[in-house]
Amino acid sequence: MSDALLKIAHLTRYFDVSKPWLNRVLEREEKQFLTAVADVSFEIRRGETFALVGESGSGKSTIAKMVVGLLGASEGLIEFDGHRMTGTAGAEMRDLRRRFQMIFQDPFASLNPRWRVGDIIAEPIHTFGLLKGADVTKRVGELLDTVGLSSKDAEKFPHEFSGGQRQRIAIARALSSKPEFIVCDEPTSALDVSVQAQILNLMKDLQDEMGLTYLFISHDLSVVRHMANRIGVLYLGRLVEVADGKRLFTDPQHPYTRMLLDAVPDLALSGRRRKPVEGEIPNPINPPPGCAFHPRCPLAMPRCKVDAPVPVQTATGHAACFALEKQTA
Amino acid sequence: MNRLARMWDSDIAWSFRHSPVAIVATVVALIIIMGAVLAPWIAPFNPFDSASLNLMDGFTPPGVPNQFTGNTYLMGTDNQGRDIFSTILYGARISLFVGFAAVVFSMVLGIGLGLLAGWRGGWVDSLLMRIADVQLSFPSILIALLIFGLARGFIPPTMREEVAIWVLIVSIGLSDWVQYARVVRGAAMVEKSKEYVQAARVIGMHPTRIVLRHILPNVMGPVLVIATIGLALAIIAEATLSFLGVGVPPTQPSLGTLIRIGQQYLFSGEWWIILFPSIALLLLALSVNLLGDWLRDALNPRLR
Repeated sequence: MSDALLKIAHLTRYFDVSKPWLNRVLEREEKQFLTAVADVSFEIRRGETFALVGESGSGKSTIAKMVVGLLGASEGLIEFDGHRMTGTAGAEMRDLRRRFQMIFQDPFASLNPRWRVGDIIAEPIHTFGLLKGADVTKRVGELLDTVGLSSKDAEKFPHEFSGGQRQRIAIARALSSKPEFIVCDEPTSALDVSVQAQILNLMKDLQDEMGLTYLFISHDLSVVRHMANRIGVLYLGRLVEVADGKRLFTDPQHPYTRMLLDAVPDLALSGRRRKPVEGEIPNPINPPPGCAFHPRCPLAMPRCKVDAPVPVQTATGHAACFALEKQTA
Repeated sequence: MNRLARMWDSDIAWSFRHSPVAIVATVVALIIIMGAVLAPWIAPFNPFDSASLNLMDGFTPPGVPNQFTGNTYLMGTDNQGRDIFSTILYGARISLFVGFAAVVFSMVLGIGLGLLAGWRGGWVDSLLMRIADVQLSFPSILIALLIFGLARGFIPPTMREEVAIWVLIVSIGLSDWVQYARVVRGAAMVEKSKEYVQAARVIGMHPTRIVLRHILPNVMGPVLVIATIGLALAIIAEATLSFLGVGVPPTQPSLGTLIRIGQQYLFSGEWWIILFPSIALLLLALSVNLLGDWLRDALNPRLR
């Protein structure tokens, strides 16, 4: 696939969660590591929206942070438009950084409360030295227009805006360096439902206008359904299924995906019985051996407790499950 | 004008207008500060000009004509015939200068080290905070004495008089930086994890720039409160050191020096020599302290 804008291969991230050195020596304990992301590979094509879904602690945000360089990868590879992100530095990295941006979850924390909106939006412009003087003010005004605010708002402070308006400001800031790729880390989960749709539609419009590519992180399946072309389902830092956006909902392959979809509240009141998600996500310090999902899996076989499944081709994408291998074989 | 109107309407201004303590404290502090700053113009005598002193004027009680010269002094005179009122004005000048300079010095040091510890974390943070812990376990006046004594050992005797005031400022400043460093470190750690800092990191902004442009302005609120209370403490520390005789030289008496001189005559009945400088020091320290308390309450929305 030559049109892949972002390529992630065998991405893994450990966190050292050991006690301090002295405690460890005194209590004779080993170093402890938490595996937040384990061997995740996927590609995002130019112009599409790739969504990552999963429960809390499944490693969604860790992947997002690694993609934009806020966290380093323990193992694996991140390639942006053919450039390796690890090991790139200086002017080349600066140039890469201009081309991707991030939108954060909490619009109340993502804007510096002491800066005027105009300065916040102009921050990437100044940092990358894109424009100077009056051009900056003009561009900020245009950006505010683009996201549905007034150019007069540049003079105000973030606390004068509502959550939805603040998220619009955050989007304007992300757009100001003219990026091609935006990582959206749960951009609507802190907003009211009524405002969520406005923000999502704004993001979709911007994508159509500017040909943006999104990596969309969310735990909200209805939001993901609205936004995504392709969806990756994460479980305990492992990518269990990647599927076509619409078909994931009609034809889920992996048992975990099915379990997630069954848990979605049924607004149509069709009388379908909701099955609650069973069990809880296991401790990532001591993940279950074999397939990490086997303790909760209705289809678990003896083999699942020993070997870890590898992704196999399915009708809608690919999924990592032995039960699926059996069906296709 | 618009700006002034907005300031008048702000929360802080509202809280100020509704706090009689803050208003009185401000007025008292301002009167003393004005008196100190304008001392050369408003003081009736220049207590440092030995040519104008008349030893016959010594020990004149307040408001009573001197039995030899017939001169009357508002607050009396000391052993050398210096007018106490003028000496207080000039003394407050030195006390305030030392206090402000020491606060600025410890603020710069404390904020710098606090930001470094909070931003870098890890061993830098551990090292700085352990140093701070050790220092906090000693009374700050003891540390100031220690630094003062050490510094005098290194400075040639001929220069001691000139640099004494700067040594004093550095001693008090070094004994007080921990407060700022701890508060700034804590606040910096909170701010560092916020998403606006991450947004700046995503675009590759230089860490120094992030710390100075993003984090510093957001940690200044609590620092201002400590600085106000710290000013009162620095003034008292200076007075204590001068009272102990290790502060400013007697040729430039601060309020503490005056109290030390007065203390020698307390039992011989010349009460005014110690009383008036003490009242001036008390009013100054108390009003600045009350202002600090008010500022802390006004800036803390949880107390409202």
